[in-house]
Amino acid sequence: MTKVELYRKGWDMVEFKEEVSIVLGGAAGQGVQTVEEILTRVLKLSGYNVYATKEYMSRVRGGINTTEIRVSSKKVRAFVKRIDILIPFQRGVLPWVEKRLTENTVVLGERENVEEEYLSKIKFVEVPLNDLAKEVGSSLYLNTIAAGIVVGLFHGDFEVLAEYLRKRFGSKGEGVVAKNIEAAKKGYELGVKLCEEGTIGIEVRKNESVKNEILLSGTEAVALGAVAGGMNFLSFYPMSPSTGVAVFSAQHAEDFEIVVEQVEDEIAAINMALGAWFAGARGMVTTSGGGFALMTEAISLAGMAENPIVVHLAQRPGPATGLPTRTMQGDLNLALYAGHGEFPRIILAPGSIEEAFYLTAEAFNLADKYQVPVIILTDQYFVDTYYNIPEIDLDKIKVEKHIIEMENDYKRYKLTDDGISPRGIPGYGEGVIIANGNEHDEYGDITEDEELSKLMQEKRAIKKLETIRKNAMMPELIGRDDAKYMIIAWGSTYHVIREAFEILNRDDVAFLHFKWLYPLPEGVKELLKGKILICIEQNVTGQFAELLRKELGVDVHHKVLKYDGRPFSVEEVLEALKGVLE
Amino acid sequence: MISPMLFEPNRPGSRDVAWCPGCGNFGIRNILKSAFAELNLKPQDIVIISGIGQAAKMPHYLNVNGYHTLHGRAIPIATAVKAANPNLTVIAEGGDGDMYAEGGNHLLHAIRRNPNITVLIHDNQIYGLTKGQASPTTIVGMKTPTQPWGVFEEPLNPIALAIALDASFVARTFMGYFKESVEIIKKAIQHKGLAIVDIFHPCVSFNKVNTYEWYREHTYWMKDHDPYDREEAFKRAIESDPLPLGIFYIHEKPVFEEEVAAYKKDKTPLWQREPRLEEIRKILGAKRAF
Ligand SMILES: Cc1ncc(C[n+]2csc(CCOP(=O)(O)OP(=O)(O)O)c2C)c(N)n1
Ligand SMILES: [Mg+2]
Repeated sequence: MTKVELYRKGWDMVEFKEEVSIVLGGAAGQGVQTVEEILTRVLKLSGYNVYATKEYMSRVRGGINTTEIRVSSKKVRAFVKRIDILIPFQRGVLPWVEKRLTENTVVLGERENVEEEYLSKIKFVEVPLNDLAKEVGSSLYLNTIAAGIVVGLFHGDFEVLAEYLRKRFGSKGEGVVAKNIEAAKKGYELGVKLCEEGTIGIEVRKNESVKNEILLSGTEAVALGAVAGGMNFLSFYPMSPSTGVAVFSAQHAEDFEIVVEQVEDEIAAINMALGAWFAGARGMVTTSGGGFALMTEAISLAGMAENPIVVHLAQRPGPATGLPTRTMQGDLNLALYAGHGEFPRIILAPGSIEEAFYLTAEAFNLADKYQVPVIILTDQYFVDTYYNIPEIDLDKIKVEKHIIEMENDYKRYKLTDDGISPRGIPGYGEGVIIANGNEHDEYGDITEDEELSKLMQEKRAIKKLETIRKNAMMPELIGRDDAKYMIIAWGSTYHVIREAFEILNRDDVAFLHFKWLYPLPEGVKELLKGKILICIEQNVTGQFAELLRKELGVDVHHKVLKYDGRPFSVEEVLEALKGVLE
Repeated sequence: MISPMLFEPNRPGSRDVAWCPGCGNFGIRNILKSAFAELNLKPQDIVIISGIGQAAKMPHYLNVNGYHTLHGRAIPIATAVKAANPNLTVIAEGGDGDMYAEGGNHLLHAIRRNPNITVLIHDNQIYGLTKGQASPTTIVGMKTPTQPWGVFEEPLNPIALAIALDASFVARTFMGYFKESVEIIKKAIQHKGLAIVDIFHPCVSFNKVNTYEWYREHTYWMKDHDPYDREEAFKRAIESDPLPLGIFYIHEKPVFEEEVAAYKKDKTPLWQREPRLEEIRKILGAKRAF
């Protein structure tokens, strides 16, 4: 092995205890993702808890994309601003992440990838990755070497790394596998050496049980949850950050034996999914704000025809094309008010990967039972984040179909006390079904009758809404219910706020997280009574705070808002909270 | 043979028909009832998905399954109904505005996707329900409330368009010819693949040009036409006066429901299926390893 000269400028060993945040940065197409995949999988299989998230630019080549990987003794599931170890794959990465660098940030990599002015601000370890890669045979091996170094720093299990490379590159032939293992070894030994000679010290505990845990992303959790909930028809038009759900579903469509179809536009997508439900299937669309805006007329049809539908709406900053690859919770109002006329809907927003799985599965039962649109709000941060979770319990999933066999003289829109009319489907039973987007009588035929028009409006917008509200899910309360302060948040910010909340460690502060956003259950008002309310959201105007006022007549006292397209970090939330709390 | 009366509804709301006396839609309704009866179809097995317009009110005046949806959206909904349950006979129905204007994009892509459904376009060359504005097939020069200067846009030629896109089945009829229309609609329903039938019919209230008489004078039935000859079909399609009637073009090819992953191994309609949890278990298992 060639000797590698390490560039170290008068600093002592940097030590990381319990957890390390590693950031990889490079241009699109430079292989940052390869390193991320190797590291997260190999480190998890070595027994470390891992968390990863990425931020990237809306371009196919160039620019700068970064991935954060947190490796820890305990489970961490939140974005931190702080970078402990940075591996830049090109120039420009350090300025891009400048605000996240600390004096203890160790930068590993080529000298040419580190701008002069940073050398004195960070701790630089020069590793000639390119030369090392060429020694192996080609600069193609650079990524594997970089991954090897990090695994070496952790004294990870090299055999696990080698095994991973065998699997990953197996299809490319023995030669490629052997070269990659050689490259990984080079990196690994270097990583070990960096520790042994006292440059970097890492003390993160391994945990035997982590090895068998599931590494799952938000995207995968939504897609798998949907299939578990009986989704057998997915129609979509590609739009970041929602496309991942379609990609994953398409790749497994033959295993799941489901229809996955990319269609001409979002209007077709949602109308198809409505048609699928009408015929008894379970349809979903996956889209983002702009696509959902195009779907709104059909959402209204779903409301009128009482046609179930499940929408996965992965938010990104708007208006218009906005920041296509970044994150925001700015489409709550869009989801709330989409569609002309008045009709009920259900809006959900999972806070964790597990929740995304179970909640998406349940969305299909809810849509079927109440015959309304069910909208699942995620966002770029959520879908692109993954970490190891102990288990997904498939026995918890129950597909409850609410389809009846139609008798002769079947009335699709029979007036009932709870606003729900038993739903038949074509071809099942002696009767026929007439569904209608025009105002209708109980059979489904057009009506302009005064009394009937009123009764039908009340059936949908009052009776059914109240039936849903009675059965709505309560938010999760973390902390004491008699705390003076109550943090309020919804959806994807759950773990970031939770980590900040735990660091804060104050008895007089509690945290209320909503995964069911609308309609809000009655009991929420009681939980908020007499508390100083702090609402944390990723949008400009505080849309959820507004909803609390509208639904419950509750005013929040403080809003903590972020709308730069980046996710909240634990540090930011902590700082904001300290600013608000006495 | 079963009686066409089987398709006569007796729901209270189906009696108050919203079509004008003498409207061509009545004729189309009778044609449909006879076609269904002659094909021995049961009301329970037929689904009509309609858009919005006078034509799209058809489901209310028949005893079959129906879904009166949105302007322009009948085709995607019908496509999915067929894909969710291939045992159903699925018809997408609407006017010329519905199918060629608001829903035009869906028609193009349905031709590419080729679901085994029948698309019936009631082509009265006008917007009936909204009271007489020009449609994509309104002839040049016609004055309307919104085109008081006379229409100058070239009318769409749906037949040529469909053949150009290699649609699976393309036909045109005039509802004034009852027997021939029944035959064409029967063939369209029986055809495996997307079947498009443009049905001329007069709008007695808002189209004073294209009357019953006009259609009789300006159309003719194609004889000795080989619908499997695409070039010949295209030649006929671009004839303008008189306009040919009959089956222009047939090209049998794989249908959407046979291509999708859902039916590769199992033909059970989707609503009768349960999720394949064992496949999810396998994927989760893989996520524990690499
Ligand atoms: C999104 C939308 N735009 C416009 C309308 C109004 N509208 C209803 S039917 C129609 C056109 C009707 O013409 P056509 O489809 O030819 O049907 P016809 O009444 O002639 O049978 C229009 C413009 C609507 N219902 N929805
Ligand atoms: Mg018309």
